[in-house]
Amino acid sequence: MSTLLGVSDAHIAYGKVEAVRGVSLDVAANEIVTIVGANGAGKTTLLNAIMGILPLKGGVSFSGNDLARLEIEDRVAAGLSLVPEHRELFAAMGVEDNLRLGAFRIGKVLAAQSLERVYTLFPRLKERRQQLAGTLSGGEQQMLAMGRALMGAPKLLMLDEPSLGLAPIIVADIFRTIGELRASGVSVLLVEQNAQAALQIADRAYVMELGEFVLQGPAKDVAGDARVAESYLGVG
Amino acid sequence: MRQRLPVMLFALAMAAVPFIPGMPPFWIVLLDNIGLSALVAMGLVLLTGVGGLTSFGQAAFCGFGAYTTAVLTTAYGLSPWLTLPLSLVVSGLFAVVLGIVTVRLSGHYLPLGTIAWGLGLFYLFSKLEFLGRNDGISQIPPLAIGSLKMIAPDTIYFAIWTAVILCAWLTMNLLDSRTGRAIRALRRGHVAAEAFGIKPPQAKLLVFIYAAVLAGLSGWLYAHFERAVNPTPFGAEAGIEYLFVAVIGGAGYVWGGVLGAAIAVILKEALQDYLPYLLHSESQLETIVFGMLLVLLLQLAPGGVWPWLMRRLPLKPDRKSTDPSLVLPRRERPVDAGDALLRIEHARKQFGGVVAVNDVSFGVDAREIVALIGPNGAGKSTTFNLVTGVLAASGGAISLLGRTLRGASPQDITKLGVSRTFQHVKLVADMTVLENVAIGAHLRGHAGAIASMLRLDRSDEARLLAEAARQIKRVGLAAQAHMLAGSLSLGQQRIVEIARALCADPVLLLLDEPAAGLRHMEKQRLAALLRELRDGGMSVLLVEHDMGFVMNLADRVVVLDFGTKIAEGTPEAIKANPDVIRAYLGAVA
Amino acid sequence: MNTTIVLFLLQDGITNGAIYALLGLALVLVFAVTRVILIPQGEFVTYGALTYATLASGQVPGTAHLVVAMGIVAFGLDLIMRRRTLRLALVGWSFLINIVLPAAILVLTLALTGKDTPIAIDIALSLLIVGAIGLFLYRIAFAPIAHTSVLVLLIAAVGCHLALQGIGLVFFGAEGQRGPPLSNAAFTIAPLRFSGQSIAVYAVTLALIAGLWLLFSFTLYGKALRATAVNRLGARLVGIRTALSGQIAFLLAAVIGAISGILIVPITTLYYDTGFLIGLKGFVAAIIGGLVSYPLTAIAALFVGIVEAFSSFYASNFKEVIVFALIIPVLLLRSLTTPAVDEEED
Repeated sequence: MSTLLGVSDAHIAYGKVEAVRGVSLDVAANEIVTIVGANGAGKTTLLNAIMGILPLKGGVSFSGNDLARLEIEDRVAAGLSLVPEHRELFAAMGVEDNLRLGAFRIGKVLAAQSLERVYTLFPRLKERRQQLAGTLSGGEQQMLAMGRALMGAPKLLMLDEPSLGLAPIIVADIFRTIGELRASGVSVLLVEQNAQAALQIADRAYVMELGEFVLQGPAKDVAGDARVAESYLGVG
Repeated sequence: MRQRLPVMLFALAMAAVPFIPGMPPFWIVLLDNIGLSALVAMGLVLLTGVGGLTSFGQAAFCGFGAYTTAVLTTAYGLSPWLTLPLSLVVSGLFAVVLGIVTVRLSGHYLPLGTIAWGLGLFYLFSKLEFLGRNDGISQIPPLAIGSLKMIAPDTIYFAIWTAVILCAWLTMNLLDSRTGRAIRALRRGHVAAEAFGIKPPQAKLLVFIYAAVLAGLSGWLYAHFERAVNPTPFGAEAGIEYLFVAVIGGAGYVWGGVLGAAIAVILKEALQDYLPYLLHSESQLETIVFGMLLVLLLQLAPGGVWPWLMRRLPLKPDRKSTDPSLVLPRRERPVDAGDALLRIEHARKQFGGVVAVNDVSFGVDAREIVALIGPNGAGKSTTFNLVTGVLAASGGAISLLGRTLRGASPQDITKLGVSRTFQHVKLVADMTVLENVAIGAHLRGHAGAIASMLRLDRSDEARLLAEAARQIKRVGLAAQAHMLAGSLSLGQQRIVEIARALCADPVLLLLDEPAAGLRHMEKQRLAALLRELRDGGMSVLLVEHDMGFVMNLADRVVVLDFGTKIAEGTPEAIKANPDVIRAYLGAVA
Repeated sequence: MNTTIVLFLLQDGITNGAIYALLGLALVLVFAVTRVILIPQGEFVTYGALTYATLASGQVPGTAHLVVAMGIVAFGLDLIMRRRTLRLALVGWSFLINIVLPAAILVLTLALTGKDTPIAIDIALSLLIVGAIGLFLYRIAFAPIAHTSVLVLLIAAVGCHLALQGIGLVFFGAEGQRGPPLSNAAFTIAPLRFSGQSIAVYAVTLALIAGLWLLFSFTLYGKALRATAVNRLGARLVGIRTALSGQIAFLLAAVIGAISGILIVPITTLYYDTGFLIGLKGFVAAIIGGLVSYPLTAIAALFVGIVEAFSSFYASNFKEVIVFALIIPVLLLRSLTTPAVDEEED
């Protein structure tokens, strides 16, 4: 399999404090990779830096191109998309306007196809197309955030805590959709505190603690690791 | 206590300045101007930097102070010392009137409102006949003590700087008190402040008046320093300049105001002196540079010079010691497990056409932990807001210990013994954990603003801090008590919120998603703490999504869906309830 | 009070009100996209008017040189701030916008200035010059702090106002100026005389209001501009260049300001500092419109114009006091009716 996203020896700092230290990871085409770990481990920081929101020391490449000199907007155009932890929707605008803006960088014809696809994936959004994004429930907002990110037809979708604050039944729904994404050719990099759900769906996993990867491998093996079972899955 | 020594050294140094041999008189004039400006800036520090209310109109309050004494001393021959209280009262009264209108304004409407009335008042000063229109009033008598007339800049210097140092001391005392914490909590939004019995409109009006009185004092001194007044120094541009002074110095710091005044006055003087040589022009070039510097400053050091300076000095943060023997009186609480505490009967809340809470009934008994669960948008937060008085119910009845909560404000409900935490943590990030937690005990203290300024509040204050320290120890954060709340991890901040809620001595604790963002071990510690509280007589109502946490902790679970209660029972019964599985838990559970 | 006077005052009020409406709209536009409360809007009016008047008198206005100076600063900022992400293509683009464009404007101005230059060319040059100033003003003063609070942006805006007003004094002097009217036509209906200039004021105002409404309601680019204001990070994450959105908003505002200036400078004598007061009255209108509604702002502006006309007739001394006092009840009403949002500032 070809490598889509490659991060090598990444260091990310807030002022003098290094939040991420010497981390390397890769995501291949058609793969779901998850990063699990506790709050404050540096997972969100890492995703934000890959997207270009925070400065990163080290190497980041996407589809074989160096991302270092690209701004957020250029990374979006290259096929990278992030659904951030706080979703960052256009709250005062309608659902469909939010989605259409998601396709800001692609042509009209492609945008129409994307909209069709997103509505198939999330029928709830189609029902609420005229509603203001800020008035949606938490689960619907998460769907809209994912839908908006998918509108630009990304090659890699990065999801930051998609289950945060959602009811178990909605979480199950969201994870089912993530599985469907892979079938449609989108790779996923998933950051989750809900390690159980994340490890079930992912192909490979990284475990992050205090800014470093302490364990990595096929998701099944990671889930079977005794330490992971105790500190993240609440077993034992 | 730590603060006292540097202030006294500074006062001594300033007192010695005029006696330095060879001191150019011109420098004394500059220092006089710095002092006048510093007084206004100090008010702005409290108003803008600490209270979060931006005013471009402070110059107008200087105008009230200056014109009051100008009119009364020239037209009616009153002594300047007699007009001092009158000047302050006039500034204060106008602040009450403008404040009642203005402080209600939210967000950016407030600064815009102050620009508008600042301009309006400027035109008023320049059009009124008895204020001398554009020419103003001249021949104002100087300040005099006995036969000593303060005409020379180096005599009125003492009056100005005595006022500055005295006001700085009073302001610092005010900030370091119960009232000060209430003011500092304003920036964090209304809901959190109100939840602990702070009345934001009153606190805002208080700082507004305080800032206006300081400006009025500066205006009074200005009138007797210049011995003439005209509208120009009280216009919109001056108002803008005062804000600039506060921002340059560091809008959150009392001494930032003084430092900012020094920087601004000296800079302006230097610009006026040298720019014409550099650019060979007679125009008022200093405003160009002034404006540009303001923009540049905001880009480079938005926090101001004072905090930048303080970070470079090897100073330790002020660690307040607390005396564990001091106690606050506690409220009586229902002792028997099973006594009814909170009763919600047929509660209903409608927003326009949407029914968010529909005929919901349940209760919380003494010594019981009840969990409220349900999908997002099921009405859990709305129910919380009904109980805490943030929202008023459209129908039904809610009562606590048999007393109805209908029409009760959040403050009233806090007084009755309900206190809460927030889904999105609402702590004041630049206050220590101890100070944050002490906000919880706001209603258990009594000292007012004046007592705090004069340090008559110390015994009351010591009891509040002792209580805060006790609650911090109880939740296991004693080691972090003197750290800034913003420097703690999210999980610890949630625990600090619980300590703050405990500080109000509640009978019922409302927790909004307390386990969100906590790691497994932290959740277990939290659960242990809540059980311990229950066993000590506390009741807890919590909203939570983490089913593992809820099912192991709660005595009873209430499930909401689409605003309606669909189930209630023990965790085991809920887990097996088919309606709950369909609506909320899904097949996973 | 007789009907003729009332009609005269109304006509006067509506003409002024139309100008305030234009300025109010520009303020709403800039606020909606950048969250900046554009205090220097008044300077755009002054610059537009006095640049036009200077060109019409056959001289080269200082503002043409200011454009070049600001361009150089903007280019420097681009190089420094984006040194991490700098690529040749970006440097080239930045050079084109910040160095070549201003140079071209200056050369064009120098070449075309003369006593017999047609009014249309003077107007076009004035719009170009002031528009470019708006573009660079955002880049230099606001783009670096675009993520901060409304308050910080407001204070920066006040700083820009001070600097630009001072520069205006240097360029145009303390003397007032007037410019040639767009048209000398005039006609009379009953007691009222309508000049071609006042008709132009009404027509331009209506056209711009319609244009802005179309832009923001129906085009993807208009929506992208709005999205920038609603959520900057969200906008960047869908690939909208927010810095560019801000520059476009400032460009539009500057052009609208300059148009207003050019429309009024044949009617009233303008001084270097007149713009500030005119801008603030546009402000009163924009605030009444809640800084969001274009139609409400336009109506409020007419109201402000009419109140001003009547108070200058009946209480001329207190005209300004009355106009600025208008804002207080409106603000009060607004803050009481808007649901209390729990604001947080950190």
